[in-house]
Amino acid sequence: MKSSSHTRLDSPEYRVPIFQQWVQQLHLDFPLLVGLFVLSLTGLFILYSATGEDIASVQKQSTRFAFGFIVMLLLAQLNPQTLRRWSPPLFIIGIILLTLVIFVGVEVKGAQRWLDLYIFRFQPSELMKLVAPMALAWYLADAALPPRPLRLIVSLILLTIPVVLIAVEPDLGTSLLILSAGIFVLFLGGLRWRFIGGAGILLAICAWPIWQYVLRDYQKSRVLTFLNPENDPLGSGYHIIQSKIAIGSGGLFGKGWLNGTQSQLDFLPERHTDFIFAVFSEEFGMMGAIMLLLLYLFLITRGLYIASQAQDTFSRLLGGSISLTFLVYIFVNIGMVSGLLPVVGVPLPLISYGGTSIVTLLAGFGILMSIHTHRKMLSP
Amino acid sequence: MHREQLKDHFSEKRLFTRRAIFSLIVILILLALLVSRLVVLQILDHKHYSTLSNDNRVKVVPVGPSRGLIYDRNGIVLAENLAAYRLEIIPEQVKDMDVLLKQLHTLISIREQDLKQFKKLLKYRRSFDNIPLRFRLNDIEVAKISSIQHRLPGVHIAASLNRHYPLGETFAHVIGYVGRKDVKDLKVLDPTNYISTSHIGKQGIEKQYETELHGYVGNRRVETNAQGRLIRVLEQTPSQSGQDVHLTIDAPLQAIAKQALGKHNGSIVAIDPRNGEILSIISNPGFDPNLFVNGIAYKDYEALRKNNSQPLYNRSLLGRYPPGSTIKPFMGLAGLKYGITNVHHEVFCPGYFIIPFGENRKFRDWKKTGHGSVNLNDSITESCDVFFYELALNLSIDRINPFLKTFGFGSKTGIDMPSESSGLLPSRAWKRKYRKQPWFPGETLNTGIGQGFLLTTPLQLATATAIFANKGRPVKPHMVKQTALPENEITMDPLLAQVQNHHWNYLIKSMKHVVHSPKGTARRIANNKFNVAGKTGTAQVFGIKQEEEYEEEKISFKNRDHALFIAFAPIKNPRIAVAVIAENGGSGGAVAAPIASKIINHYMAENPL
Repeated sequence: MKSSSHTRLDSPEYRVPIFQQWVQQLHLDFPLLVGLFVLSLTGLFILYSATGEDIASVQKQSTRFAFGFIVMLLLAQLNPQTLRRWSPPLFIIGIILLTLVIFVGVEVKGAQRWLDLYIFRFQPSELMKLVAPMALAWYLADAALPPRPLRLIVSLILLTIPVVLIAVEPDLGTSLLILSAGIFVLFLGGLRWRFIGGAGILLAICAWPIWQYVLRDYQKSRVLTFLNPENDPLGSGYHIIQSKIAIGSGGLFGKGWLNGTQSQLDFLPERHTDFIFAVFSEEFGMMGAIMLLLLYLFLITRGLYIASQAQDTFSRLLGGSISLTFLVYIFVNIGMVSGLLPVVGVPLPLISYGGTSIVTLLAGFGILMSIHTHRKMLSP
Repeated sequence: MHREQLKDHFSEKRLFTRRAIFSLIVILILLALLVSRLVVLQILDHKHYSTLSNDNRVKVVPVGPSRGLIYDRNGIVLAENLAAYRLEIIPEQVKDMDVLLKQLHTLISIREQDLKQFKKLLKYRRSFDNIPLRFRLNDIEVAKISSIQHRLPGVHIAASLNRHYPLGETFAHVIGYVGRKDVKDLKVLDPTNYISTSHIGKQGIEKQYETELHGYVGNRRVETNAQGRLIRVLEQTPSQSGQDVHLTIDAPLQAIAKQALGKHNGSIVAIDPRNGEILSIISNPGFDPNLFVNGIAYKDYEALRKNNSQPLYNRSLLGRYPPGSTIKPFMGLAGLKYGITNVHHEVFCPGYFIIPFGENRKFRDWKKTGHGSVNLNDSITESCDVFFYELALNLSIDRINPFLKTFGFGSKTGIDMPSESSGLLPSRAWKRKYRKQPWFPGETLNTGIGQGFLLTTPLQLATATAIFANKGRPVKPHMVKQTALPENEITMDPLLAQVQNHHWNYLIKSMKHVVHSPKGTARRIANNKFNVAGKTGTAQVFGIKQEEEYEEEKISFKNRDHALFIAFAPIKNPRIAVAVIAENGGSGGAVAAPIASKIINHYMAENPL
């Protein structure tokens, strides 16, 4: 293992603690690492409560975290330039896998998202969450920025392929996350405001045909239920009503850990996965929720800072996109759980129970760390 | 690699920084939006959601009260709650259902239909629910299961209370029965108090005293989870059991009465004239009230309904019978009171009576050859009709009606039972209103011997007898023990108050002669221990034409005369008054009087002063 920044760390003026030295040598970012540890620990604690004090689930989740952190560690060792070179082939592999899913995928709960690899099940759409922005960043970084219209159109086509493939699985949540990750690359790459405005107008015009022909019935019903959950209080509105009750009854300071009646007494469905924020808010109240949001804000800000400090366009665009996508997770999930947005299957990052998203998210942070720790230190 | 344009790293970095700062601002706005949402939910609407949350988890489970028991006057149980055991299985506690069912099959009998029903419920109920497999386990089966219950996880024996009437048919019409509450009942009942009550009183005392017997529902506030599984009991208000009801009826006497009536359709009512307590009240035939408790089988109900003897019909309160000659003491008293006749007045009875100056129609006496010259006493003792034809004619219906009314004829007694008939006491006004006809003198004659329009229920007849025994002091019949009315609140009817004491005594003595004189129509029941005053009656069921004669053998059974008897004993300070009606029994003296005698003898023997 070789460190690329001997200049400052080894100088006698900087007596860094031995732990921090390790962190540096492992290409890890100390603030991000601390933030992620705190977050995953919080996640395990609330998971223990949300699963009805099921230690087995917590152990399983811990294993996922361990795996995720290993993936993060490995990715942090990769030079961003290696990642950049791998972007096009990875993207093509991703598209092939997504196409395979449609034909030979395993159907779970009405959606075909999984490839059965005999040892474990693998979700190509999760891989795409990172590979799509990588490919776009690679393509945009190849030319001067802001991108010219032709490049923009090609980028949009590149983005549309995985988004559509995932949307037909159907997995609206992931599709949305990849779409926004791609758009963030374009936006950070300097997409002109007039294009952004134009796209906005176009979307407004297309809204009706999308509603009519693209969205599936269960997706439409989610939107309708969101607009008026009381319409169907025992059906699809039940989730929203119960989670609002959980959050609202938590109050300022919450009912205390393990004391949330909504969640402990099973009134809240999906409470350890997508709706875990409701459990969190019920038990820790508004104060706890704000602390959690601040922790997320810290991670995003640190991510954006790392991206802005990056030395090449590819790293900048990728790092920025990863950070901003992290916000989409948070906003869509909490917005959904608190009744601001329709129900879309997006987990609360690093808190919700579930394997693949944890690994993907930590892999993203691994890339950010790699970007930050592989800079060539140019003396001013 | 082809480059479209030369890259300006510095400007690209600046562009990125601008966009990143812009993004950060948007991020802060979005997070602020989330926080404001939390403020709305957790601060502004906190109370609302707190309430909803509590409503979610706290449920109120009603706890039904146990129904009060019904006793006779001696404390003998007439209606009780028996524990019934059923076998229940909680599926989630069972490892292998098939094995368990096989195991249970070796212990107790499980019918195919029980198993079918169980498997059906197994599909629809939640896994922590108790699912019944067998109802009405007997004691041996309960013992078998209980002894190895620790080896049968998930198997439970649940006890519930079932209404049971140990004396069955003897008290069928008195106690009535409880049945499952139905849609009709729900409209009348207090929905809260009856929320967990499955059975309510449908007939008789069970219905009349429903409120007292039922009691008050209690509740448990329990915490449940979303599937309704009970987590813990937060607090509970125990239910208040129904009150026990103590009847005035004497169960042994009731049994004697039932036995005495035997195969006759009919009714017996025995009252204590001193306080109006019903000592015995029988309607024959009866039915087994236990059949009704858990829903009577269609087959059983059809059998009861189609039975010509109408076992479901409470004759004591609803049956309307002509009183026949049992009305004569009352008519005689009216005659003395109004001065129409006196103790010396004699009438010659040739066996028939013709209304003077009327059409030439013969009103027959039951005795074809006639009674010869008779006074009032003779006419009661021997039951001469002709004497009373004349008496009634002279009294006129306008005096008969109000006088009989004072004894309760024609009006409901007000007994504490769900329904009773008011009988029929005819008058000129009644006939004009309902028959659109004037009153004919012949109808007065018929009324005078207790025939024609005059109809009475057995309860009315017994009550009237009790009032007679009391020499006019009113009697209010009742089934449930109550504190006696203070003496000064009992006011005699003004009309009866006018009757002179020696007139009462004269007629009571005449009634004594019915039993105790050699000419009396009920002389066969005379005993030497105590005096009984009585009057026989033989009521015609259908009219006999002028030239026809009543020949018992030629008339079908259901058109045969009803046998009646009224009596009270002892003559001085009477303690029991009885009315007996044996439908199609024929002769009052031969059939009804011996029945009454058995009851009186038993009562007098068991209740010596």
